[in-house]
Parts: sequence; structure tokens; C-alpha cells
Amino acid sequence: MLVLQAIIDGILVGGFYALMAGGLTLVFGVMDIVNFAQGILVVLGAYLSYALYSHLHIDPFLGLLITIPVMFGVGITVYWTMIKPIKRERVIMSLLTMFAVGTAVEGILDYIFTSNLVAIHTSYVNASVRLGSLVFPSIYLYAFVMSVLILGGVYYLLYRTRFGRSLRASMQNPTAARLVGINTDWVSAFTLGIGVGLAAAGGMVFGLTNSFDAASSYDLISRLLAIVILGGFGSLSGALVASILMLVIQDVVAVVWSPTWGQTTFYIVLVLVLLIRPQGLLGRKAVRAQ
Amino acid sequence: MTAIDVTPVGAAAPEHVPYEPPAAVRRGGTALVLVLLIVFPLLFSNPAVTSIGVFSMIFLVAACGWNIFSGYSGYISIGHAAYYGIGQYTVALLVLHLKVAAGWDTFTLLPVAGLIAAVLAVPIGFVLLRVRKHTFIILTVAVMFILQLLAFNLTSWTNGSGGLELPFPTWSGSFFNEPFYYIGLAAAVVACVVSWWVRRSKYGLGLLSIRDDEDRARGLGIRTTRTKLIAYALSAFFVGIAGGLYAPFVGSVYPQFGFDPNFDLAVAVLVFVGGIGTLSGPVIGTLLLIPLQQYFYLQFGNDNLFLIAYGVLFILILRLLPGGVAPAVTQLYRRVLVARRLRATEPPAPPGTPAAPGEAERKEGTP
Amino acid sequence: MSILQVSGIKKSYGGIRALTGCTMTFEEGAINGLIGPNGSGKTTLFNVISGYEVADEGQVILRGKDITNAKPDQVFAAGLGRTFQITRIFARLTVLENLHVAAQRRGFMSQLRSWKSAAERQHAMEVLDFVGLTRLADEPAGGLSYGQQKLLEFAFIMIAKPSIMLLDEPAGGVNPTLLRGLADRIRTLNADGTTFVIVEHDMEFVMRLCDHVSVMHQGRALTGGPPEQVRSDPAVLEAYLGTDSADIEEVS
Repeated sequence: MLVLQAIIDGILVGGFYALMAGGLTLVFGVMDIVNFAQGILVVLGAYLSYALYSHLHIDPFLGLLITIPVMFGVGITVYWTMIKPIKRERVIMSLLTMFAVGTAVEGILDYIFTSNLVAIHTSYVNASVRLGSLVFPSIYLYAFVMSVLILGGVYYLLYRTRFGRSLRASMQNPTAARLVGINTDWVSAFTLGIGVGLAAAGGMVFGLTNSFDAASSYDLISRLLAIVILGGFGSLSGALVASILMLVIQDVVAVVWSPTWGQTTFYIVLVLVLLIRPQGLLGRKAVRAQ
Repeated sequence: MTAIDVTPVGAAAPEHVPYEPPAAVRRGGTALVLVLLIVFPLLFSNPAVTSIGVFSMIFLVAACGWNIFSGYSGYISIGHAAYYGIGQYTVALLVLHLKVAAGWDTFTLLPVAGLIAAVLAVPIGFVLLRVRKHTFIILTVAVMFILQLLAFNLTSWTNGSGGLELPFPTWSGSFFNEPFYYIGLAAAVVACVVSWWVRRSKYGLGLLSIRDDEDRARGLGIRTTRTKLIAYALSAFFVGIAGGLYAPFVGSVYPQFGFDPNFDLAVAVLVFVGGIGTLSGPVIGTLLLIPLQQYFYLQFGNDNLFLIAYGVLFILILRLLPGGVAPAVTQLYRRVLVARRLRATEPPAPPGTPAAPGEAERKEGTP
Repeated sequence: MSILQVSGIKKSYGGIRALTGCTMTFEEGAINGLIGPNGSGKTTLFNVISGYEVADEGQVILRGKDITNAKPDQVFAAGLGRTFQITRIFARLTVLENLHVAAQRRGFMSQLRSWKSAAERQHAMEVLDFVGLTRLADEPAGGLSYGQQKLLEFAFIMIAKPSIMLLDEPAGGVNPTLLRGLADRIRTLNADGTTFVIVEHDMEFVMRLCDHVSVMHQGRALTGGPPEQVRSDPAVLEAYLGTDSADIEEVS
């Protein structure tokens, strides 16, 4: 029974991890850049939701109407100022740049908010839903539903809109995309905006379900990267599957063995999978030469 | 056979202008730096100052070692704190279990720390080096966090978050830092010598070719996996030694300071600023930044200032001077030389002649 | 006597069938040309032969040895060197260092010593002399012009003394003087026994230099023979119709 509870918890939490990881994998798929700052951007989103709630008493879910556009703007700005100017060795240089950006942002957040752990304590944080002998915190359910909706929205954007078509074209062949008139710069900027917007949404849930400080970003980014590698760079569905899979494994191990080992299994699974399949679970074999 | 004219495109100088300062300058500079480093503690006896020196030496060993792998092969690792931590824990555990006396005896454990790190690096590197460069970078971080988590969780060995305490040597206050400093300096010299030797060896050439075009290198017969793995283990060795020096110096080992993401950030920034993939880069970067970093830490004591400063510095270097200071200086030197030679080959305009004929002469003189 | 044979090579990329059963023989000691319209699969064939790609079907035999699934370094060790359409050199290494990467050495201890022994350096300088790049020995390879980079690539394939060299569009983007120099050097090496297979679009270059020309079309061999025979073959003209037929007529 405990295991069943753990599995379902894992699925629910995996949902919102899929948001954050989805942002990461989408950005890589379109622009070939690893947004190493995704972890701290999630934390930034969490702090924003926290600030809106504690100072302006705006419910975090509603607050998303503010935080998501703001973070979207942050993503676009970061693209134009940090990524676009990179001329050579885009993949590695952008990775290191985002690593540096993430570091600086972490320092700033730590300076502003200090290392006191905070969490978003809404009235319904402790509410839960019972289903037989299974108990689910309500926020997990809300978060899961929200994640499904948002991810569904992103899917719609990708596969049913003109922008989505441009995005997928840029993903497959940037040169050809440019030749047919797609402004790959704006596509890239928007994609990073979406990725960061997704981080904002995930961050809000993260803030609701965890106590956090700026240093929480380390653990987050490692997990997100593990998920993205497992699911295959550039694959949204891969991110979803991997998120849920990893969180389920983590929760089951935590219940069956111990919580501390639950965390470590994340990385152990990653290493094991990579030993067998260097391209991840669902990734295609990278065609580009190093 | 038809002659082929291969005048370098854009070259203005008639003779070949060297890309490096002459050997005498390079050797002299190295000797000067070495002498200054040797006399440093004798000139400044203030323990606060010499402790900055010790940290500089620790980072110097680490930076040189890191550069041997990440600089020469082009595979950037931001997870070498894995080996920093392994070095720290190795020394701490050996000291505690073998009852090694604090002080000079502890230094004998340094090569052991390095060796353990290098030995562990082989299987880790073998798994990591199978993936593409960007995935590799991410995995180095993952490995580092795995080890940190293991350090937190394997409490029977590591005492988890309680950390391990090492006894301090019983040296007097003002003398305390000096043995650490000189051992560190010796290790740094060894690291630099190894770095220099790798650069000029056939093995090192293979490593460098991997950096520029790995598939092409493989096609020409370079055993790329073996080459990368050796460099990886070598760099782990030196970073392990750095950790092995750090642990007895601060007297304690904790998971978050052994497997410390800030260490990774610092080493990467140091070497990038100095000049990644160059011989002098790690030295320049370390001697420039670590004293500054330690000074600010002593003054302001804050972690987040370090993060902001290094983050911004890293962004700036990546944007403006990704090659680092060392290559920029040699390029400047070369430009000055070329300009000087240009002026020397110009025939002087006869007095009173208007500019035009002088210009025509100059145009004829240029090959 | 044939030095290189490919038989029934098939290679597809998803829906694109680059090679559709290619069978060819290249004679030892000859300068073989390989021509064909764009998309006929010439570079893909080179990739398969030199081990940079794996064929879906078929066989590659070099000097009687089956190298069908060999990796690039094994092919190189077997005596086949290959240049690329877009030059692949080591940009941050000097010209001399580039050459020494390809210079082979045996034994563990030799890896530890300096990358240039006196003998190796002399050999490298001879090769540099041969291609005319001596003055650029200490220049970073990335700073070389396009034509110079092509010569450099030629040189470091040469330094390993291969028995057969595959050149992928050596004339592309190269000025006529450099081109004549290149042709001379190919002839000199050929006189010493090196076999060549040259993919080219520059018809004049091919017709003047090659002893034997093979023509590819739509992923397989169309025909082959002495240059004069090939250029007046109506099937070849038809394959090129609308693209390079003007070039062929000009050379005729």
C-alpha cells in the first residue's frame, strides 16, 4: 500500500518536474543550448510567487498570471543579451555562460533573501484528499492538473500553431528554416522565454511543496539535467516520461529503503542508463559531430 | 614543378614573426615567478597573508591539474570537486584510522590522496567520456553530486553532515602556514612541470588534436578514449592532492565543502581568466584571482558576493576574452613586434617630399 | 591490379537513398577521377570507404583486405588517407603540429617524448616543402587561407605515406596557380606509386589529370573509362543534362 502511495505521489510530482524539465529540453532542441540556469530560474520563480503571496497576498496559482509573463520576458532578455552574441562553439559556450548567469543570479537571490529557508504557506497547503487508505496533498493534485494543462498548451502551441511549426522547423534544420523566412532569432528568443516561463510555473509549485533557499537550485538543476538526459535532449514527451519515471523510482526507493537513498537513486539510474544507452532512453543518436 | 606562392594572407611582415615571446623571456619570467613565490612567506609573516598564500597554492595545484584535462582536451569538467572531495576524505580517513601524526607526517599522505582520486577517476571517466561534449559537462556535475550525497549518506564512514575533524599540527602560530605553503608550492611546481611535459609530448599533441577535431583525430589514428582517460586521471590526481592539502589545513572535512560546487566554479573561472589550454593560464589566473578572492572573503565573509563576482567575471571573460589573459598578452606582444618590423622596413621619406611618392614606395616594398 | 574495390554498397539516410548498389574498381598506381552530378553519392561513397560512415549493405576491399566495417583509424592504418570537402584540420595547432599528429609512432615510451624527433621534423619539413607551406610551419592552421588549408590537409595525409589517397574536391575554391601546383604534386606522388581517387566537379582538372574516370549517378556507378571516352559518352552527358553539360562540352 505504501508503495502504491509512493508510486502515485511520484506520478503527481513528476508532473510538475516535467514542466521544468520540459522547458530545459525544449530550449536544447531548438537552440542547441543547455540552460544551466534553469534550476535557479525555478527558484527565482518560487521567490517571485513567494513575494507576491507574502507581500501582496496574491494566491500563487493566480500569481502565475504575473510571474509567467515576467519570467517569459526574462528568458527573452537573456537570449538577446547572453546567447545571441555567442559566435563560436555555441553549445559549450552557451552552457558555460548560462552556468555563470545562474551562479550570479543565485548570489543575488541569496543576497536579497538570505539563506533562511522559506516556503509558500497558503491556507490549503496542508489540505489533503483521501481515497481509501491513500492520502494525497491537495496541492499535488492541483499542481498535477495545472502541469497537464500547461504541457497540453505547449503541445498545442508546438503542433497546431504557425509559431509551433516555425519552432519545429528551426529545431530540425536552422539553415533551411532561415531560408524559408523564419526568423530563427525570434523563434529562439521565444523558446527560451517559454522555457523560463515553464520554470516559473514549476517554481511556484516547488515553492508550495518545499522549503527552499537559493542553494536549492543545485539539487534541482542536477535532477532536471538527469531527467533531460534520460528522456533525450529535445524530446518533450521524453521529459514527461523521464520525470514521472524518475520521481516514481525515487519515491518508491525512499519508502522501501530510505529517503536519503531515494535522492541518490536519481543519479544512479542516470549512470546505469547511460552505460547502456549513451543517447538516453528516448533520444535519437546525435548526428552532429562534436 | 609549379611553385606555389604561400604568402600568409594578411601578413605584413616580410619575415616570420614568432607567436611566442623568445625562450629567454619565457624562462626568465618563469624563474622570476618561482623566486617570488619561494620568498613570499619570508617577506610577509602575517599569518592572514600567508594563509592567502596557502590557498593560492592549493588552487594552483588544482587549476594546473584541471587544465591538463579540460584545457588540453576541450572537455570542460565542472565537477572536478568530486576529486577534491575524494582527496580530502582520503587524507582525513587515513589520518583518523591510521593515527597519522598531525604535521609533517600528514603530508606523506598527499600522493596517496592523489592516487586514490586518480584510480577512482578511471572508471568514472570511462563512463563519462562516452558521451558528447555537452552531455559530458552535465554528467561531471551529476557525478560530483552523487559523491556529495554519498558523503552525506554513508555516515559510518564519513560521519555524514557531522563531518570529520583532523587534529591540527602543533606548530606555533606565525610558523603554522609555512609548511603548508611550501608543500603546496612543491606540488604546484610538479603540476606545472607535468603540464609542460604533456604539452610537448606526442601524447599531448594527440590530446590537443582531440580538442580541435576529435573525429578527425580518431581518423588519423589517435586512440581518443585512452588519451582522454589518461588526461582525466592525471587531472584527478592533482585535484586530489589539492584536496589532501586543504583538509589538514582547515582541520575538517564536510560533504558540502569537500564536494563543493563553489570549488568547481572557482577553478573554471581561474583557468578561463588566465587562459584555458595554455601553460601559464592557470598560474596567471590563480595568482590574480585567489588573493583577491581570499582578501574579499576575509573582509566581507560572504558567500553570495563570491557567487555574484565570479558569475559576472565568468560571463565577461566568456564574452570578451574567452581565450583568457595569457593569449591576449602574447597577441599584443606580437602585434607590437609586427608594427615595429613594419616601421623598420619602411624606407624613410626624403625630407620635403609630399606624402604621395612615399606611399608609393611603401606599396612597392610590401611583398 | 585493383587496389580498391567496392561492391553493392547501399546507404540510406531515412528516406534518402544516397547509395543504391554502387560497384566500382580502382586500379593501383592510377589517378582515378570520380565524377557525377550533385547528389550522386560521391562523398557518401568516400565516407563509407574511409570508415566515417557504415554502409547498410555491400563490401569494401582494400588491397585484398575487407575493410567494410572498419573504423576511420583502422582504414588510415591500412594505408588509405582521405581529405574532406570542407577542410578538417586542427585549427589551433600550428601547421607543423598538424603534420605531426598524423605521423605515426609505435610504443608506449615514444608517446612520452617530445612530439618531434629530429628525423620526424626533417620528414615533416620535407613534406611541407613539397606542398610549399614551409614558410607557414609555425602559423596556427586556423589562420591559413582556404587553399592553404587544402594543401595542409593534403600534406598530413601524405606524411603517413598512404598507398592510396582519396581527395574530396581538392580543387574547390582554389585559385588556378595553386591548382596547377596541386596537379603537379599529385602527378609526382603518383609517379612514386601512390594511387589516387579524386572527386571533382572541375572537369578540366579531372580530364587533364586522371588516367581513368568513373561516373556516378543516383547512387551507383554509371560508367567508367579513359577521360576522352567518358566525356563523349552520351549517357554521361544525359546524367549531367541541365547541370554541368556545359562544362563537359567546353572541355571536349
